[in-house]
Amino acid sequence: MSWISTTPAEREEMLAAIGVETIDDLFATIPESVRLKGLDLPGSKSEMAVAKAVADLASRNTPGVVSFLGGGYYDHYIPAAVDALASRSEFLTAYTPYQPECSQGTLQAIYEYQSAICRLAGMDVANASLYDGGTAVFEAATMAVRATRRERIVCAPSLNPLYRRMLATHMANLGLEILDGDNAEGAACVIAQNPSFLGDIQDLTDLAARCHEHGALLVVSFYPISLGLLKSPGEMGADIAVGEGQSLGLPLGFGGPYLGIMATRKNLIRKMPGRIAAATADAEGRRGYVLTLQAREQHIRREKAMSNICSNEAHCALRTLIYLCMLGKEGLREVAAQCHAKAEYLKSRLGFAETLNAGPTFNEFAVRLPRNAADVAQRLLDQGYTAGLPLASLDAGGPNDLLIAVTEQRTRKEMDEFAAALENASCH
Amino acid sequence: MSLIFEQSRCGRRAMKLEPLDVPEAPLADALCRQSPAELPEVSELDVVRHFTNLSRKNFGVDSHFYPLGSCTMKYNPKIADVAAGLPGFAGLHPHLATEHTYWPACGGALALIHETERLLAEIAGMRQVSLQPMAGAHGELAGTLLIAAYHRDKGNRKDTIIVPDSAHGTNPASAAIAGYKVVEVPSDKDGTIHVDSFRAVLNESVAGVMLTCPNTHGLFEPAVQELAKLAHEVDALMYYDGANLNAIIGKCRPGDLGFDVMHFNLHKTFGTPHGMGGPGSGPVGVGERLEPFLPGPRVIRAGEDLRIAVPPKSIGQMAPFFGNFLVAVRAYAYILQLGGEGLREVAENAVLNANYMLARLRAAYQPAFESGFMHECVLTGTPQAKQGARALDIAKALLDYGFHAPTVYFPLTVKESLMIEPTETESKATLDAFCEAMLEIAAAIEKDAASLADAPRTTPVGRLDEVRAAKELDVAY
Repeated sequence: MSWISTTPAEREEMLAAIGVETIDDLFATIPESVRLKGLDLPGSKSEMAVAKAVADLASRNTPGVVSFLGGGYYDHYIPAAVDALASRSEFLTAYTPYQPECSQGTLQAIYEYQSAICRLAGMDVANASLYDGGTAVFEAATMAVRATRRERIVCAPSLNPLYRRMLATHMANLGLEILDGDNAEGAACVIAQNPSFLGDIQDLTDLAARCHEHGALLVVSFYPISLGLLKSPGEMGADIAVGEGQSLGLPLGFGGPYLGIMATRKNLIRKMPGRIAAATADAEGRRGYVLTLQAREQHIRREKAMSNICSNEAHCALRTLIYLCMLGKEGLREVAAQCHAKAEYLKSRLGFAETLNAGPTFNEFAVRLPRNAADVAQRLLDQGYTAGLPLASLDAGGPNDLLIAVTEQRTRKEMDEFAAALENASCH
Repeated sequence: MSLIFEQSRCGRRAMKLEPLDVPEAPLADALCRQSPAELPEVSELDVVRHFTNLSRKNFGVDSHFYPLGSCTMKYNPKIADVAAGLPGFAGLHPHLATEHTYWPACGGALALIHETERLLAEIAGMRQVSLQPMAGAHGELAGTLLIAAYHRDKGNRKDTIIVPDSAHGTNPASAAIAGYKVVEVPSDKDGTIHVDSFRAVLNESVAGVMLTCPNTHGLFEPAVQELAKLAHEVDALMYYDGANLNAIIGKCRPGDLGFDVMHFNLHKTFGTPHGMGGPGSGPVGVGERLEPFLPGPRVIRAGEDLRIAVPPKSIGQMAPFFGNFLVAVRAYAYILQLGGEGLREVAENAVLNANYMLARLRAAYQPAFESGFMHECVLTGTPQAKQGARALDIAKALLDYGFHAPTVYFPLTVKESLMIEPTETESKATLDAFCEAMLEIAAAIEKDAASLADAPRTTPVGRLDEVRAAKELDVAY
């Protein structure tokens, strides 16, 4: 089975027009010695057989459990309109809007996405997307290096440990120093996360002031849903706001595709990586949108570009925009408030475990169980729950520590039953 | 068309939640935002109509021929969308892979990752593949970081990467982030790299060589094996930019040509949708030398079981988990359906289509190089420019015929470049219609080049004022 439409007769006509006898004549420049006799792959299949093969693999996964697993990636409800609209092939099968006149759908959507992100994060400008929350942290770090001409990056302990690892991998050869803590002295930036990886809500306003005193930038990695309720990075004085956009209408998808959100202040726009859509007009004065400030990018600036990014996550950004429109101003507030209230309720039901967070939390919190967290998680999996993330698996806690997340999708009944099951598995 | 923000009416809502079934939980004012984010207040129909109408202002592969050179805008099979949407994949939490007690809950996904990596390795003649990189440029970065890790491990002191002058901009940009200086090797008049010019820039300080093959001129590099041999003599590693893999898939393999490391573009070669600019997926493949350094964690086979482990000298994590997994699901379905034979037919028909178009277009356009084009042909619009119409004007005129324009002004080595990549999935009838349009445009230029100046006329807007956009910088409503 293939998706080639040329018939044998047409092929002969085409070869004749080209002036060669066989298709292999068109591959004459490939040295004889390396020409393949065939690949060691399974034979072609019908679409029906493929459908069955992938469905078999999918059925060996169990996504349908009652989930309290978070750790930076959350099981929020996705309104049906998100899939229905985003799957329109005029969006799905278009590419980067290099020809703006036939890409106004894409460009206006990017402009609206940038607008929505700015309003959410309390920032002035946003880019069209980066790969994910982790690479957004890396791009923010190098952006801060460009803006301050300093070479030290400071990571607060609140940062997702996966982002911290990705930062180290990406920066390995840039000759930059990465320190842990929150000392802004001599730093290009301090990178902090709110809520913290363990769910703590912080006010980073003082940290922003300390950063600015020392001429450093504050980078805040945020959880978009939480901004329905919590003080925004902009209100706290952040210079660069980044985040993982998964919670805004993207499926968990076993790790991707996700969405790297980045927003900043107006004066830093020229240091920001990634594509940016801008409003303008045509000769008749009709409003339209184009990609702008492209001289920052790799296809123009090559090795001196702000970033090597080319393909981004535009389609994920579209999903996010549709999601934010479906929720609207009040809906986002309500989702955030429900996540918080439900998490507080579950926390109150777990008296048998020690809560590790000292202060207020948003929709996620860490507990120390009386027994090994991985063993407990194993027992609960058999009962139809993913109980949370055993923190030792990420070197982010002790063997009995479990990170538990709650979204608006969990019901009181589910939480009551889960609390009982968790207590039973932990204490008996 | 109005912005969704302009349609907002105070108090209007699209979606309601279930009533809260637990007590409300207060939160200190100091921790809360002063006022809700000013998101649009619209109904579901407002949202549906707005985005449906926005979509209609786009050209996509499903609606229009999209011969954008270097981007491989082939048809994206619908079965792949169905596969990626299966709840067993789409609803799967990635931290199931983090905690080993959860591995049984994601066994099918781990098997798919392992198998897709194996299939890609066989297709390219690589030893191992990692799905972690999230786009082509991200794969390049992974590859150059791998090269750096290899040299560091051996104690080699090298600071340079060679790229051809025809390379994609991402190559030098990726090399720079991996900490390397970039030296360009010029292409010869025939559009390929000659051994002498390569020798002139090759020395002990060279850590790696990044090549696209066929290169961005659409030409197979005839000396590629010799270049690899010379590079290996100074322990420089050969990087294969997989952007043009569609031209040779099933016909020859980068690994057999002497490449040590490469990236794949699943969104080009393996038919996954380009999504207005992403998500893509840029798996990195390696030969023996770089295997210990691969990004981790990886899915590995231990007897009958699949496990997750980090390679001994891993460069670390490029992605939080296994890259753009749902894109890999699509590519897996694509490979499964085509099989080895079907993949060979992909390359054959992609090359046939490009050469057929060139044969027809020669009547009015000048190829940038004498011969040897594979999956795309590069024209130079210099003769037309002399008559008063630039490559950009030709591109805009094509929009009025209902075709997406070819890539223009890339590669940078060709003046007034028009880079046409039809892909294998287009029919002869479509290619003929496009060629007719190109010939009509050439005739119109000969008659009155100025007549193209106000193209396009049939699109929702005409040519937009980019200078004003950069000056006023209206980037958010």
